Amino acid sequence: MFDYGYFSFESKDDLLNKAARFWNPGKVKFWTDTGTPMVIDRREGYRLYDMSGKSLIDLHLNGGTYNFGHRHPELVEVLKSGLDYFDMGNHWFPSVARAAFAEKLVNTAPHMKYAIFGAGGAEAVEIAIKTARYATKRKKIVSIIKGYHGHSGLSVATGDVRFSEIFLADRPDEFVQVPFNDLEALAQVLQKGDVAAFIIETIPATYGFPMPEAGYLKACQDMCHKYGAKIISDEVQTGLMRTGIMWGWQGYGMQPDIFVCGKGLGGGIYPISACLVTEECGQWQLEDGAAHISTAGGSELGCLVGHHVLEMLQRPEVISNIEFVAQFFAQSMAEMMVRHGDIFCGIRQRGVVIGLEFDHPEGAVAVSRALYENGIWAIFSSLDKRVLQFKPGVVKDVELCQEIMDRFDAAMPRARQFLSRMRKVQ
Amino acid sequence: MENCVRLNVPDRNLSSARMKVMRAAWAAKYFSKFDRQSILNIAEAVADAGFEKADYFAEWAVQETSYGVVEHKTLKNQLCTHDLLAYYRDLDLITPRVDTRRKVIELPSPAGVVFALAPATNPIATIYFKVMLAILSRNAIVISPHPVAKTCSVAAAQHLADAAEVAGAPAGIIQCVEEPSVSLVEDIMGSDKINVILATGGSQMVRAAYSSGNPAIGVGPGNGVAFIDPSADVDAAAKCLVESKSFDNSVLCTSESICLTLEKNRGNMERALRSAGSHICNAEDSDRLRDFLWGDNGFNLAAIGKSADWIAHEAGIRVHAATKVLVPVIEHPGQDDALFREKLCPVLTLTAAVDFGQALTFAAHVARRGAGHSAAFHGNNNDRLIAFSGSVPVHRVVVNAPCSQGAAGFATHLPPSFMIGTGYAGRSSVSENIGPQHLTHWKKVAFARDAVADLDEINFDVMYDTLLKTPPASISASRDSLPQFTEDTLRTLIREELRNLRGVQS
Repeated sequence: MFDYGYFSFESKDDLLNKAARFWNPGKVKFWTDTGTPMVIDRREGYRLYDMSGKSLIDLHLNGGTYNFGHRHPELVEVLKSGLDYFDMGNHWFPSVARAAFAEKLVNTAPHMKYAIFGAGGAEAVEIAIKTARYATKRKKIVSIIKGYHGHSGLSVATGDVRFSEIFLADRPDEFVQVPFNDLEALAQVLQKGDVAAFIIETIPATYGFPMPEAGYLKACQDMCHKYGAKIISDEVQTGLMRTGIMWGWQGYGMQPDIFVCGKGLGGGIYPISACLVTEECGQWQLEDGAAHISTAGGSELGCLVGHHVLEMLQRPEVISNIEFVAQFFAQSMAEMMVRHGDIFCGIRQRGVVIGLEFDHPEGAVAVSRALYENGIWAIFSSLDKRVLQFKPGVVKDVELCQEIMDRFDAAMPRARQFLSRMRKVQ
Repeated sequence: MENCVRLNVPDRNLSSARMKVMRAAWAAKYFSKFDRQSILNIAEAVADAGFEKADYFAEWAVQETSYGVVEHKTLKNQLCTHDLLAYYRDLDLITPRVDTRRKVIELPSPAGVVFALAPATNPIATIYFKVMLAILSRNAIVISPHPVAKTCSVAAAQHLADAAEVAGAPAGIIQCVEEPSVSLVEDIMGSDKINVILATGGSQMVRAAYSSGNPAIGVGPGNGVAFIDPSADVDAAAKCLVESKSFDNSVLCTSESICLTLEKNRGNMERALRSAGSHICNAEDSDRLRDFLWGDNGFNLAAIGKSADWIAHEAGIRVHAATKVLVPVIEHPGQDDALFREKLCPVLTLTAAVDFGQALTFAAHVARRGAGHSAAFHGNNNDRLIAFSGSVPVHRVVVNAPCSQGAAGFATHLPPSFMIGTGYAGRSSVSENIGPQHLTHWKKVAFARDAVADLDEINFDVMYDTLLKTPPASISASRDSLPQFTEDTLRTLIREELRNLRGVQS
């Protein structure tokens, strides 16, 4: 019996049935079929507990949402303190938390002028695209094939057709896609002179973290500017120190016209996202400040938490910890590749953004399952299932990291077993 | 409402201290694998850096705390650099030991993260000392200075940390809490992320360290009694006493508190102490001194580490300006006179026993107030020395030398130390002068008694080469799945990487 006071369930199966009945049958079936039927119950630090009681170390982090782990005590303290004073706030009026948070955000990227808030990453992307269209008076948006920017009207149109066609939300006239790391293809689209913006994740997450080639991102930016287009960096998964620096683009010599961040910005306890724009791009706020409005966007509680998230990320001790974590996994994964090179064939890493390649088109699905059995939750990349997303948080300690590697090592023989079965089926 | 903070803000200092401990654990992970030469290089760099600024930080400490004497603090700081390193240079805590006869191999196992408390009276010397111990034993250290000495302490720790990092130590190997507080220290002491506490400070703090649930090495207070045997050269003894008691205005817990002699020798001793630079108090002066040093709340903290001249002035005693030590005289060794307690200032109580038997009883009695600590013997009669040593409940007896320096290993061949173990008698886990060996344990690998064991050429490098763990059998079949590297080049690359980690680290 799982009695939560407000509601109760007889068992995990009871919950799964109800979830399939009232919530989302497809998702429930998918995870059950995949062999990772997780229903997260308690959660603390970097650990999740399934309703069955099974403990899992979280290396999915919902794409960095749980950068600081689950329910980080300091962030919980901040939110609780905020609840004694604030609520979501009134989106029409200036507010102390919103102004302070906007200032703190803009200070992390001094070439930016304004921070505009949303409640989730997709909303921030909507703002980014609308802003670019306003600034250029052009409509066309270019993105990369297998890029991912969310599921709302404009953002979903930039992404994979899997998510847009089903809802008749693909707009091939306005949204064009080019291959990643292909400057020539981008040039061909841009030179027509009708592109408002090129939007790109600094390291495409859902595509499995393929690394941008040296100079690629900066060249994209220069090319956009040459043809009068804006460049939008999607920092939802690469921002907030995850690449070892506050914003991923800072490590690639870029100065995007617009960038968006979300996920971990709310510390995993209150949703908030932001779109930062240059003075030139942000002119619409002078023409009509209420042209974009969001009741939940920039809620004061989210601003308070986000403000503290940035402050924590700027601490020298945290920055140093990120270096240690990144270095540890670089070294440990290289060792693992020597020992399990028959199935584990590549590492993509920048800071704590890590993708692990396995030698099978659906290799990461098998590995994810093997890791699940061994107490680790890491998710495959939806748009490249060879690649496992392996995302340590910024305040992981040495003991936990070592435990992760021990479990990883122990899971490899099981992964090998799954993979050989999959090969036979083929 | 106007001026008060409207929201509750989490304790930034506490969270920063916790992160320092986490960072130290990372640093310790790598540091514990460093080889002996790298450790000696780092220790030398830290010693050089400490020596170079010994006077600078001594001056700063005196200015910030108002305790002690700059020249003496300089000397103490210096002693914790090259002298300390010289003493421990040959103590190898890194190379595994092999006992072929007993068929036992010992592998060193550093503690990990050391949490070190430093007192207000010896802030810099303690930091220098504990940092050197941590380096020599391949541990990371997080220091919590005394709040009244925090500014100079943070700067000194940073200075040593910079030197260590330049010499190749991992970042985070030496860290210092910037804003120490009682609650912060209690929180960190109880954290399961630290491995051992080195507690120096007031009794309460030391007890708290032992109660934290973590392994701790704490040391208790002293109350040194110096016995002047009739066989002693009283002038030499008096010189030792004055030198010792005036050193750094007597903030060292090893310094003498009581000078005990026999009645027939007392006049002689008074004369000798006077000519060595002491002011011998008459009964009234002694009363004034007692009243000044002890109030309703115990010892007058304002007197700690102050000069004899200053204390005399405050107590209303007229003394010669060059007076180094104040000597109240208690004619008969009574048990309850406050002047027989520990005094961290240049005040040395003189008393005399009727015979050697009474002297032993009294010495043992007062030494219990600083149990397990130090005592001194002046004279040339070994029988009485042994009888004295046997009866006082201390763990070191310094002979014919200044006790403050002697017990701390600077005027004797005892290990140089600013942590004087007071043993079980003094409610401590260690009775020796604390050294780096207390921060390293040894794993024992023991063979069956009658088994044949070839221990002549053991390759200990395998401990550092994780790649030697057996790869799965299937790896050979699919070697080509490794993209750009062969297994050998990868091994080489990783070994290089590991070497770099052990050597240079940013």
